[in-house]
Amino acid sequence: MSSSEINKNEVDIVIGALNADLTQFLNSWRPFFSGFHLIIVKDPELKDDLNIPEGFDVDVYSKPDIEKVVGAANAAMFSGYSCRYFGYLVSKKKYIVSIDDDCVPAKDPKGVLVDAVSQHVSNLENPATPLFFNTLYDPYCEGADFVRGYPFSLRSGVPCAASCGLWLNLADLDAPTQALKTEQRNTSYVDAVMTVPLKAMLPISGINIAFNRELVGPALVPALRIAGEGKVRWETLEDVWCGMCLKHISDHLGYGVKTGLPYVWRNERGDAVESLRKKWEGMKLMEKSVPFFEALKLPESAVNVEDCVVELAKAVKEQLGSDDPAFTQAADAMVKWVQLWNSVNSSG
Amino acid sequence: MVDPANTVGIPVNPTPLLKDELDIVIPTIRNLDFLEMWRPFLQPYHLIIVQDGDPTKKIHVPEGYDYELYNRNDVNRILGPKASCISFKDSACRCFGYMVSKKKYIFTIDDDCFVAKDPAGKAVNALEQHIKNLLCPSTPLFFNTLYDPYREGADFVRGYPFSLREGVSTAVSHGLWLNIPDYDAPTQLVKPKERNARYVDAVMTIPKGTLFPMCGMNLAFDRDLIGPAMYFGLMGDGQPIGRYDDMWAGWCIKVICDHLGLGVKTGLPYIYHSKASNPFVNLKKEYKGIFWQEDIIPFFQNVKLSKEATTVQQCYIELSKMVKEKLSSLDPYFDKLADAMVTWIEAWDELNPPATA
Repeated sequence: MSSSEINKNEVDIVIGALNADLTQFLNSWRPFFSGFHLIIVKDPELKDDLNIPEGFDVDVYSKPDIEKVVGAANAAMFSGYSCRYFGYLVSKKKYIVSIDDDCVPAKDPKGVLVDAVSQHVSNLENPATPLFFNTLYDPYCEGADFVRGYPFSLRSGVPCAASCGLWLNLADLDAPTQALKTEQRNTSYVDAVMTVPLKAMLPISGINIAFNRELVGPALVPALRIAGEGKVRWETLEDVWCGMCLKHISDHLGYGVKTGLPYVWRNERGDAVESLRKKWEGMKLMEKSVPFFEALKLPESAVNVEDCVVELAKAVKEQLGSDDPAFTQAADAMVKWVQLWNSVNSSG
Repeated sequence: MVDPANTVGIPVNPTPLLKDELDIVIPTIRNLDFLEMWRPFLQPYHLIIVQDGDPTKKIHVPEGYDYELYNRNDVNRILGPKASCISFKDSACRCFGYMVSKKKYIFTIDDDCFVAKDPAGKAVNALEQHIKNLLCPSTPLFFNTLYDPYREGADFVRGYPFSLREGVSTAVSHGLWLNIPDYDAPTQLVKPKERNARYVDAVMTIPKGTLFPMCGMNLAFDRDLIGPAMYFGLMGDGQPIGRYDDMWAGWCIKVICDHLGLGVKTGLPYIYHSKASNPFVNLKKEYKGIFWQEDIIPFFQNVKLSKEATTVQQCYIELSKMVKEKLSSLDPYFDKLADAMVTWIEAWDELNPPATA
C-alpha cells in the first residue's frame, strides 16, 4: 500500500521522547512522517527542552500537560518509555504508529528506504489470519495467496489489532544476550508479514509498533514496571507485559496480531553490560507471567476491551499479586488506565 | 521471473551431514531426470524410490545414485493384505518408502522440484538446511519474533522466557517452493500466472495448538520421533479424493507433535517447483476435500489425546478411533480411512519391530 493510498487523517504517529534532541530522528523520518499528525510525548523525567525541527504537524505534551489531563497522582504512570501511552490516550485517530526515538528508517535489500508507516497501516487495514497458519505467510500481499489445504471458510480473516515491526542493526535482545554477544547485529531482512496464531504467546516490543486504537486502544496498558526501570530498553519490560495482555485480549475478542515487516534501523544506545549490573528483575517476572497467561481464560461476559482489561487485572492481582509487588502495581495500573481511558475519551 | 539454479560445477560435499542416517524418499510415475541437477547435494545419500502406476514400466535412475526401488508389485508382496493402506495412482504412495526405510531421518521431494537460487544467486542445498532444521531445537511454546533463535546472527528477543530457551526436539522440517506455488485448484484457476518470487529468509516453529497445511513436496522428518504418524492416507485410484494426502498427514502429525512435546518447523529451505499441475484435473481430485476440510479442521482443532498415549503409534491409533467416531458421518470414506490408519500402524510395527534389548 503506497502512502498515497493511506488516509492520513486516520493515523497519529506517537513518539515517546526520551531524548531531548529529536532533530536527527525527525529529519530522517521526514519523508514518511510528512502529511501525518504527530503526537510527541516528552518523558516527564527529562529535564531538557525538546528540540523539534520545523515542518511537522505536531502536538507536544510534557509533564504539565500530562498532569493536567490525568492528575499529578497518575502522572508517574507515564514516565520513561511509558510516556508514549499518554499519546495513545489523547489521540483521536483510528490508527497509531509508534516508534522509539533511537530508530531511523531501514533500507530493504534493494537499498530502498522502508516506509514503515505505510507498511504498518497496510498491515492494520488487511485482515489477520490467526486461526490457521498460512505457509506462504501474508496471503493478502501482492504475489501471494492462501495455500492448498487452507480452509476456505477462514480466508476472510479477522480484524487486525496490532502490527509488530522488527529492527535491523540493534535488535531488541535482552541485556544478558546482548552483553554476551556484544558485536551481534541483526542483518537479516525477512521479507514477510504473518499473523501470530491464536493462543501463541510472543514478546511484543514497543520499539516499532502500530495498532488499531478504535479496536483495542485500552488494551495497550502501561502497567508493569520493573524495579529500577531505566531509560534504555534493556532495563524495561513494560512493552512485553503490555503485549502479553494485548495478545490475550485480541485472542479472546477474535482479533489478530501481525508480526514481521516493517523493519526500522535501530541505533546504538546504552550499554548492555552496564544494564546487566542492575539486578535484572525482568527475567523473574517473565517466568511467572508465562504460566499465568497460558492458563488464563477471560470470562465469556467480557465482550469489550475495557471489560477484558479489568478482568485481566483482577486475575493478575489474584494469581500473581502474592508473587511480586510489581504484579499488584501492574493490576492497579491497568484498572486506573481503563478509568483514565474512559474519562478522557468520553469527554470527546 | 524466477529461475532454478544451475548446479553444473558444484562439487559434491566430501563429508555430507548424516549420510548414513538419512534416506531420500521419492515417489515417481514419470522419470527421475530431476536428480541430475541435484547431484552435488543428494548423490551421497541413499534413495528409496516408490514407483507408482504401471509396475512394468522401467524407471531409469541416473548413474551414481545408490537406491532401492519399489513398484506396486513390491508393495503388494511386502505388505500382503495390508497393502490396501498404500494409495495407488497418487504420490501418497510415498509413505511406503517411510515405512521400509531403516534410517533415522527422511527427506522427501517431488520429481518436479529443482534446485532453487537464494537472493544472492547461490544454489540452495535444501537437504543441508532440512538437516540443520531437524538437528536444532524447535520453540513451539513461545513465538520468537526474530524467528529461528538458533540461527547464526539471531537469538531470542527481549522478553522471551529463559526457561523456554532450550526448546524441544524437532520432528518435522517443512520447506517451501519458489516459482509454481502450492495453490489449490480454485486459486490456480483464478491466478494461473502467479509465481512465488518471494524468498523469505526465515525458519520458524509453528506454535503449539496451531494447524497448518503441510505440503509433501519438500519435507523432512525424524522418523524415530514421528515416522508412524506420517501416513499419507487413502488417495488416488478407487478413492473419492486426491491432493489431500500430505494435508491429512500434516494435521495428524501436528496434533501428535503438540501432544508429545515435539516441534514442527516451516520456512527454509526453498526448492524450485517447475511443473504446474492441471487445475481442472486438480479440481476433480480436490473438490470433496474442499467441503470436507471445513469439518475436518474443527475436528483436529478439538482433538484431545489421552495422557496414556505416550508413543506415536498409541497416539495414532487413538486418533484413528476418533476419526471413525467423529468423521464417519461426514462420509463413509472416513470409516475406511480410519481402518487404513490402523492397518498402516500394524504394517509399520511389523516392518519396524522394536529393537531387542
